[in-house]
Amino acid sequence: MSQAISQEAVAALLPEVAQLIVTALNLDLAPGEIEADAPLFGDGLGLDSIDVLEIALVISKQYGFQLKSDSEDNIRIFSSLRALTEHIVSRRTK
Amino acid sequence: MSTAPLLTHDNPAAIVAWRPDGPVSVAAYLADATALAEQLPATGYLLNLCHDRYHFAVGFAAGLLRGMTSLQPSSQSTTTFRRLQAGYPDLVCLCDGSTDTQDLPRFDFPARDLLAGRRKQTADICVPAIPFDHLAAILFTSGSTGLPQAQRKTWGKLAANGRAEAVALGLLDRPHTIVGTVPVQHSYGFESTFLLALHGACSFWAGKPFFPQDIAGALAAVPQPRLLVSTPFHLSTLLAAGIELPPLDLLLSATAPLSATLANEAEARTGAPLLEIYGSTESGQLASRRTTDGAAWTLLSDVRLEQAADETVACDGHVEGRVPLGDRIELLPDGRFLLHGRHADLINIAGKRTSLAYLNHQLCAIPGVVDGTFFLPDDQVADGVTRLSAFVVAPGLTARQLGIALRQRIDAIFLPRPLVLVDGLPRNSTGKLPRAELQALYAEKIAHGRS
Repeated sequence: MSQAISQEAVAALLPEVAQLIVTALNLDLAPGEIEADAPLFGDGLGLDSIDVLEIALVISKQYGFQLKSDSEDNIRIFSSLRALTEHIVSRRTK
Repeated sequence: MSTAPLLTHDNPAAIVAWRPDGPVSVAAYLADATALAEQLPATGYLLNLCHDRYHFAVGFAAGLLRGMTSLQPSSQSTTTFRRLQAGYPDLVCLCDGSTDTQDLPRFDFPARDLLAGRRKQTADICVPAIPFDHLAAILFTSGSTGLPQAQRKTWGKLAANGRAEAVALGLLDRPHTIVGTVPVQHSYGFESTFLLALHGACSFWAGKPFFPQDIAGALAAVPQPRLLVSTPFHLSTLLAAGIELPPLDLLLSATAPLSATLANEAEARTGAPLLEIYGSTESGQLASRRTTDGAAWTLLSDVRLEQAADETVACDGHVEGRVPLGDRIELLPDGRFLLHGRHADLINIAGKRTSLAYLNHQLCAIPGVVDGTFFLPDDQVADGVTRLSAFVVAPGLTARQLGIALRQRIDAIFLPRPLVLVDGLPRNSTGKLPRAELQALYAEKIAHGRS
């Protein structure tokens, strides 16, 4: 990451990213129910690798950048809603 | 004793794999395999968990040289490891990363230089001949009861499968470099990246690219002609990403039906023909088709289908024994055939299989559930991954609680999205749940709420 990311920017974007996840995956819950720091996989939302690709696709459309697993820590990015949002804030081109 | 060679490349300098730091020749691969074979513990079974496709290939060959059998489960859950340990007490895991192997015996893939150092000593390269009847691998499928079933594969049949696929794909005269988005341990990836390379004189990319940008990067790292081995879901996300791809020469898809729309789009965007493979873990690969040429499938060399009543059996060629197929099949006069979907109870989501009976049993076994059923809706998303729904009668429980309980019992891919609580299920007078009634319930409770 070339620059420190603003936690205000992350907090402001959290609801929008939560809504993207719920819409992309057709989840049966309200965006506000996704806790920012809870795991997205396993005992959290129970997402799988199919979901990751679905989310990656909507992120690339919405924020104008492609996710890569060789340059970034794939597991860390998708560890929680906050981690994913931080990554978007640092990489977005639109 | 009849044998089949480990691989069919005709000279030791031929390339069998591509790694980020460059190509690996047949000679280097055989030297690595020989070196690893000398270091592996002497046990009967190898649980090869390597992520790197080249490491897997070295481990598999080393196992063959030591007379071992490769165990290839369909998941790496705690339950799976427990079952394997009980069934194959002398197994050893081969790992190339921080894989959690719990308390199973474990051997870590040696650092590169420990193997490479052996290469100088191996002046004469000769391709190992493996007994035709050697039990080379056991692949596991989830049977209709949900319990894993062992599918035993001999080396002669596996080698013949790789060869038959290479013939069907037209690779024998023009070896391709193979980039696979699918894991090498599962049957499709095992056959179409590993066996296809070894017995089609091709080479494979060591990585397993995931995101669309990763796939573009992997393709760029290997020379033409290039073959991309993927699934309908991966292909559709790759095309949807709209990124620029290096020139492709052939696309391969399996694990789920591919729509003509996606096939046409993929061919138009890449300029490469798209072929589909039909098969199963039990039978191995059976047939191929170019989707844009029509719906009929052509059998691979020497494979036959026999039909009696409602059942179709695959046999001969590289098929082990006689394997009943879970699909409804219509044989055509010219030896080709049409697929008409799976028998109703079987579920296949993203290449993982189970049965409705098993899922319903697990659902109804949750304390507090009075009645319940899973449902696979008719309005499947073309080339996407259709998720199951579930209707549950469970007074006093929330959908969230039921979701948590289900997650402990079934694979995450089968979790219902959504799980809908209802007052009762539309059972008929004999207690059965007519599919039309469930489809109507689905339309009322779920589909109408969607945009």
